[in-house]
Amino acid sequence: MSAAPRSLASLGDLASGRPDATGSADLPSKIQVEGLNFYYGAKRALQDISIRIRPNVVTAFIGPSGCGKSTFLRTLNRMNDIIPGTRVEGRVLIDEVDIYKSSMDVVHLRRRVGMVFQKSNPFPKSIFENIAYGLRINALAGSRSEVAGRVEESLKQAALWDEVQDRLHESALALSGGQQQRLCIARALAIRPDIILMDEPASALDPIATQRIEELVYDLKKDYTIVIVTHNMQQAARVSDHTAFFWLGRLVEYDRTEKIFTAPAEKLTEDYVTGRFG
Amino acid sequence: MSVDLRRESVRRRVADAAFQALALLVLIVALACLGALVWDVVSDGGGTLSWDFITSFPSRRASQAGIWHALTGSVFVIAVTAVLAVPIGVAAAIYLEEYGGRSLAARIIELNITNLAAVPSIIYGLLGLGLFVRMMGMGRSILAGASTLALLVLPVIILSTREALRAVPSSLREGSYALGATKWQTVWHQVLPVAAPGILTGFILALSRAIGETAPLITIGAVTFVTFAPDSIWSPFTVLPIQIFNWVSRPQAEFHAVAAAGIIVLVALLLSMNAGAIWLRDRYQKRGMS
Repeated sequence: MSAAPRSLASLGDLASGRPDATGSADLPSKIQVEGLNFYYGAKRALQDISIRIRPNVVTAFIGPSGCGKSTFLRTLNRMNDIIPGTRVEGRVLIDEVDIYKSSMDVVHLRRRVGMVFQKSNPFPKSIFENIAYGLRINALAGSRSEVAGRVEESLKQAALWDEVQDRLHESALALSGGQQQRLCIARALAIRPDIILMDEPASALDPIATQRIEELVYDLKKDYTIVIVTHNMQQAARVSDHTAFFWLGRLVEYDRTEKIFTAPAEKLTEDYVTGRFG
Repeated sequence: MSVDLRRESVRRRVADAAFQALALLVLIVALACLGALVWDVVSDGGGTLSWDFITSFPSRRASQAGIWHALTGSVFVIAVTAVLAVPIGVAAAIYLEEYGGRSLAARIIELNITNLAAVPSIIYGLLGLGLFVRMMGMGRSILAGASTLALLVLPVIILSTREALRAVPSSLREGSYALGATKWQTVWHQVLPVAAPGILTGFILALSRAIGETAPLITIGAVTFVTFAPDSIWSPFTVLPIQIFNWVSRPQAEFHAVAAAGIIVLVALLLSMNAGAIWLRDRYQKRGMS
């Protein structure tokens, strides 16, 4: 890869926290990451990542497999905590509070930062129970009717209500792949987070189901801050406002999506988005 | 298709059929052995087996000997064993699998449990005699016997429960954590229900082992001739295998028929326990899915 040396040289600017070109420097940021390093044992998976993510915007993370985009996403709700032998350096501020400070309650954090996984993972319970679970464990709804109301509201938000309203008490595992993924989105929405992290949410779905998820992401951004990891560049271009390109554990470029796909500043980004590697 | 390819495909089909036939043969041999054993026992003891035999106490006369005391003794001991071993075993497995992590202490405990599962049962009998009967003053009671058997089956329960917990996909745990669940909420609401069928299978295996045990109970002094059914955990007792052993070792041929009848009762008890557990497991699996 002949482009590497030149691009790597310019990475220094980003690493040192050069304000990105998304215009967010003076605007409030929902998530602010400063000098983040992440280790799996001795292996450094993320190197010196600094980024500011704006509220009510869809931000896409793109990059080849193994570039660290999923790992980075999972540092934002401390999901990596449950993997033994991992270590984090640097700061992640959400609403200006460092989520890695020792007094941070991880359970509370994850309530505010919801997550949708690559492989839909509904609980082996009824559709209703899948959504009610988050409400119950967090004691977010008191009465039975309140739970039912929130379940309906979440399913409507996730554009699933019409398809499942007659069979709320049937197994969630009987749903199609796309419906299961929308159920997982509804489940995340039910506890009313501020931020939703999506880790390749449509990668296992057919084009029609994918389109529905993308429309949903578009609709949800007025109420939520969404960060979506995707290896599908058309998808990033379609759904996101801002795009961050990761390569070998580094954040190479972060800009408005339109700019990343039409006139990227880095040669490496251009090579990737034009399909020359990855 | 060339001739070579056709010949190759014929050869593979023949090999496939041959393997299927071999597997079937092995299955038939195994079932035939079991069938012969059952037939032998039933032909010896079938005539003796009657409602009177089940509800009578032992007697010096073979014609009047019954098994009520040993049957109730076995059921009582197994019930108390389950009450003692199951909660401790499941709790220990949950700790090791979900909380213990890879710490040195957890690894040492794990190694020891694996070793304990291989310790001969008579050793547990000696431990039970020293610890429960003498030191803790339980006497030769059902409680002492059940405590000993509980120790014996604990490693089996812990190991099988851990296997069942490990088989629960991590995506399920992540899904729960991502909703702000605590570790305990995740284990209780998501992991345990999914692992329950596997855990129940472990119970079946463990308690089936316990119900057939003779050596440790003889060691702690289960009596072989009681003329009353146990009525509390402090009662002296005997169990089916000990009673059967006692009858078999008598010189009179009539008692051998009685022993065979006793074996039928033991096998029936074992099978009904297993059937009950399988029924429970299936019910759980269906509920989990719907």
